[in-house]
Amino acid sequence: MLGLNTKDTTLLIVVAVLALGAPFILNPFPEASSLAQFNAGYPDLMQRFAIFGIFAIGFNILFGLTGYLSFGHAAFLGVGSYSAVWMFKLLGMNVLPAIALSIIVAGLFALLIGYISLRRSGIYFSILTLAFAQMSFNLAYSVLTPITNGETGLQLTLSDPRIFGQSATSDGGIPVTNLLPGFEMRETFTWEIGPWLFQFNTGYYLCAAFLLLAFYLSVRIFRSPFGLMLRAVKSNQQRMHYTGLNTRPYTLAAFVISGMYAGLAGGLLASMDPLAGAERMQWTASGEVVLMTILGGAGTLIGPVLGAGFIKYFENIFSKINDSVLHGWFGFMPDGMENAIIFVSHFFVGKSWHLTLGLLFMLVVTFLPGGLVEGGQRIGRLFRRKPAKDPKSADMKPAE
Amino acid sequence: MSKTNLTRRGVLQTGAVAGAGLALPTYLSAASHSGFTNAPGDSSVTLGFNVPQTGPYADEGADELRAYELAVEHLNGGGDGGMLPTFSSQALDGTGILGRKVEYVTGDTQTKSDAARASAKAMIEKEGAIMITGGSSSGVAVAVQGLCQEAGVIFMSGLTHSNDTTGKDKKANGFRHFFNAYMSAAALAPVLSKMYGNDRKAYHLTADYTWGWTQQESIAAATEAMGWETVNNVLTPLAATDFSSYIAPVLNSGADVLVLNHYGGNMVNSLTNAVQFGLRDKQVNGKNFEIVVPLYSRLMARGAGENVKGIFGSTNWHWSLQDDASKAFVKSFGTKYGFPPSQAAHTCYVQTLLYADAVTRAGSFNPCAVVEALEGFEFDGLGNGPTLYRADDHQCFKDVLVVKGKDNPTSEFDLLEIVEITPRAQVEYAPDHPMFAGGQLGSCNPGA
Amino acid sequence: MDAIILQILNGLDKGSAYALIALGLTLIFGTLGVVNFAHGALFMIGAFCAVTVQRILNLSYETIDPSQTDFLGNPLVVKTPYVHSWFGPETGASIIEWSVPIAIIFAIPIMIAIGFIMERGLIKHFYKRPHADQILVTFGLAIVLQELIKYFYGANPIQTGAPDVFRGSFDFGVLLGFDPNVIIYPYWRLVYFAFAAVIIGAVFAFLQFTTFGMVVRAGMADRETVGLLGINIDKKFTIMFGLAAAVAGLAGVMYAPINSPNYHMGMDFLVLSFVVVVVGGMGSLPGAVLAGFLLGILESFASMNEIKSILPGIDQIIIYLVAIIILLTRPRGLMGRKGVMED
Repeated sequence: MLGLNTKDTTLLIVVAVLALGAPFILNPFPEASSLAQFNAGYPDLMQRFAIFGIFAIGFNILFGLTGYLSFGHAAFLGVGSYSAVWMFKLLGMNVLPAIALSIIVAGLFALLIGYISLRRSGIYFSILTLAFAQMSFNLAYSVLTPITNGETGLQLTLSDPRIFGQSATSDGGIPVTNLLPGFEMRETFTWEIGPWLFQFNTGYYLCAAFLLLAFYLSVRIFRSPFGLMLRAVKSNQQRMHYTGLNTRPYTLAAFVISGMYAGLAGGLLASMDPLAGAERMQWTASGEVVLMTILGGAGTLIGPVLGAGFIKYFENIFSKINDSVLHGWFGFMPDGMENAIIFVSHFFVGKSWHLTLGLLFMLVVTFLPGGLVEGGQRIGRLFRRKPAKDPKSADMKPAE
Repeated sequence: MSKTNLTRRGVLQTGAVAGAGLALPTYLSAASHSGFTNAPGDSSVTLGFNVPQTGPYADEGADELRAYELAVEHLNGGGDGGMLPTFSSQALDGTGILGRKVEYVTGDTQTKSDAARASAKAMIEKEGAIMITGGSSSGVAVAVQGLCQEAGVIFMSGLTHSNDTTGKDKKANGFRHFFNAYMSAAALAPVLSKMYGNDRKAYHLTADYTWGWTQQESIAAATEAMGWETVNNVLTPLAATDFSSYIAPVLNSGADVLVLNHYGGNMVNSLTNAVQFGLRDKQVNGKNFEIVVPLYSRLMARGAGENVKGIFGSTNWHWSLQDDASKAFVKSFGTKYGFPPSQAAHTCYVQTLLYADAVTRAGSFNPCAVVEALEGFEFDGLGNGPTLYRADDHQCFKDVLVVKGKDNPTSEFDLLEIVEITPRAQVEYAPDHPMFAGGQLGSCNPGA
Repeated sequence: MDAIILQILNGLDKGSAYALIALGLTLIFGTLGVVNFAHGALFMIGAFCAVTVQRILNLSYETIDPSQTDFLGNPLVVKTPYVHSWFGPETGASIIEWSVPIAIIFAIPIMIAIGFIMERGLIKHFYKRPHADQILVTFGLAIVLQELIKYFYGANPIQTGAPDVFRGSFDFGVLLGFDPNVIIYPYWRLVYFAFAAVIIGAVFAFLQFTTFGMVVRAGMADRETVGLLGINIDKKFTIMFGLAAAVAGLAGVMYAPINSPNYHMGMDFLVLSFVVVVVGGMGSLPGAVLAGFLLGILESFASMNEIKSILPGIDQIIIYLVAIIILLTRPRGLMGRKGVMED
């Protein structure tokens, strides 16, 4: 189907089901229960799952296939966001031209940086990309403030021209992003089933559609002769050179494609919430996508998406667990025990959520060398007991 | 916008789900419920406390959170009531807000606009918060204020000092109690002139981002007005940790005052570096060389240790104030946590009370009603003397404290002494002042 | 002229910090082939050794002074450090004042121990793993160390002063025939520079003149051959890791008086130190030191007003700009060796 073999089609269908059913899957706990804290099925976080999934899939096309570790990929996400917000300021609130422009601008930016950086390989390449991204970040924060609005981030105002739209709505507000007139990104459809509450958000489904498209394209690239060539670069670039083949056009193409994925992610971020902050380009943001990819399983198809979800989940859910929530959970215990447990919890939740994330990084990479995907495979094997014949596990092996 | 809906838990709590076994999908539009985002149920109301919990301002965020917890306790009738008895408006009676118990959710801004907005969105979309408050930087305050305007909830900013928050980035749904760069400068300049004379040459080091620029612009204008000369203004990268290469040329520039338009970690490092270079022991143009830090934070000043001794700056509030309200707040906070509150804690506590009071006076949680109740509100008894929430820009106007690093501190909290309480009239400005021009409040947005 | 001399001094001082961190990093990078993202955290822990020693020396007993009141109006609790009562207030005060130099003595064994534990407990399992896995695990470790420090010491900077004799500035200008007060430089920063020179010299001498150093250098050049000669290179590498940790830690201890330590200071230096190491060239110790000083001096020059007025914002990007130019003109950085971390 769609030019994919059966295994890949199955995988695509699984991803599609997960993406479309996310509002159900991520909200397993009834709204009023104390476990509702762990629900992640609200529009903003679901959008982030999909957007950072796209970002990581794109990064994986470069890193997973060619082995080139870019440490400045957030710069492309950043310029994508800025382009999109400028489109909202100048043209109008329709997201499609904005997203198109962010992909194009990010692609051009990637072409420039990739052309220069790919003259070097290994750690030298990583540092070159890092240097470009840090320069972009530092300048966006200070000297380029007229374009980027610096620390505050580029925002919409009531005085923007918006030549194909309106500067302000009739009730004096800033118009909101839409797909078509009347199809607003932030519209949410709420469905209550018993004690459960599910939210279906227009913006999320747009992101999910792009995620599926991005995933499908990445499968096609992985399985194409082009993808094979990229893997050859990873396994032995020297040998490729000896055969008289110039690998640079291939790696550059991979770099630009993954830059365009990052631009798409940036454009989507801005479409969901029209603000572009300079921190999106900082090295920590570049590092985050590296971590997402490795954590999920570099070189696998689904791994980067899992890694992205994992990190975003911790950032948004664990940081919100505060003392009053903890008291709510453990309130049934005797006072001494309750306080002891809450004291221990302080190390891991709320303001210490970074610590949990750091520990999990270490645990995952130590015990699951293939990332979260390998964890999934191991669990799968436990249930099937026939690891060798498991079609999915064969499919998701790291592309070495 | 009328079709937009961002509500979650609120709907549930109104009992709309009662008995719904397998309800059909319901499209929630303006008509289907109370007409504004996250309308609370009959028993409780949720506030969102969005403070930095990781990153360089985490300690300031922790102090803000302590203040919020204290405010919630007092609103719900617990503790000693703090500033409730001293507050000039006696609408709050310790039974929550409009009879609903106050609950709260917390989040981490990470002092990044993006993360702060994500956290605030989670509060609005998932937790059903009706008001968002907190933060420790102007970038975050402006970003979250913009979000709250779009989502239709009230934003009561925490520590934000840039002119822009209630200047070019002001929003109808956003309110600032904290003072701003202009006020700092207006309060500080006369004291500096009294202490150091009118014939001074100032050298500015300015953090290279929006707050730094507005701070520098304000203080330069105010000091030049009384005869000082601005020799140079050097922008320093926000990420800088070592300021030696910016401080080294100061002594040979002919300047005899160094103004550090830095905050937080930048301020601690640049001040420490300046003292290291021995600037304060030098004589230039026949006068003692002086250093000025326009915005002081007691929490951060601890990081600079004894380097702050004798250095002038301004602050929104300080625990050593002797009015009844400040004493009541310090007592209440100090008894609960064992140390005095910071200015960030104070402004956050006050903002929560002001919001609760405005809702009570308006008789509704509807953001537009709250905006109406807060605009032009005159109050007293919250630690800053008579205060006005100006309708034109949603900025509070009140006295400003000029402080000085204390020479003989008696404890680790006793770092600053109040030099002068600058009266409100002296720091007021017209709403269309050029430093604040360029923005519009727009109209209040009640959301769904 | 005076401005240029001042900026050279500043550059040497910044360069000392960069060079010390990069030196330790490149020892691990070059010898073990491990990308250690936790190296900045080791620097930070070094600085917190100084903070801890200062805290320990400040341990106090409490007496109640009814003549004064605290902020709640209760009688003031006066804290007197034990060292004051043991050695008398004056000696006691000067012991506390010297807490940073004292911390050096404690920091060396502590940092070496941390280095050993890190290497034996964690890093050694990652020698044969891809660099990406090393990045993930050491980054995780860095976050954990950083959060633990934050938990116990808070997020705000903590002042850790230098001894009084090193406060104030030395007037360099007078030596060179300038007017007084034209070129002054803080004593402690000069101490830092001298200290860095000593440490760098000691590490080089150690590698150059001892058998141990010879084996390690051979191992850096060709690990397999050294292994084939029957030398247990792994054990040597554990010691190298401890050494690298100690260098980073000492750089941190001595840095504490220059800028008050905070829990994220390691992350602030991390990216920069990687840039320094790579600009210096992979697997080259002299390269790392040279690059550290070069970038330090260029950064100082870029922050001069004369240059900033022509190129606004240049001080924000100078390090990265120089890194790009060097890496494009010299494929392996200043002094890098062929084949180290190039794939």
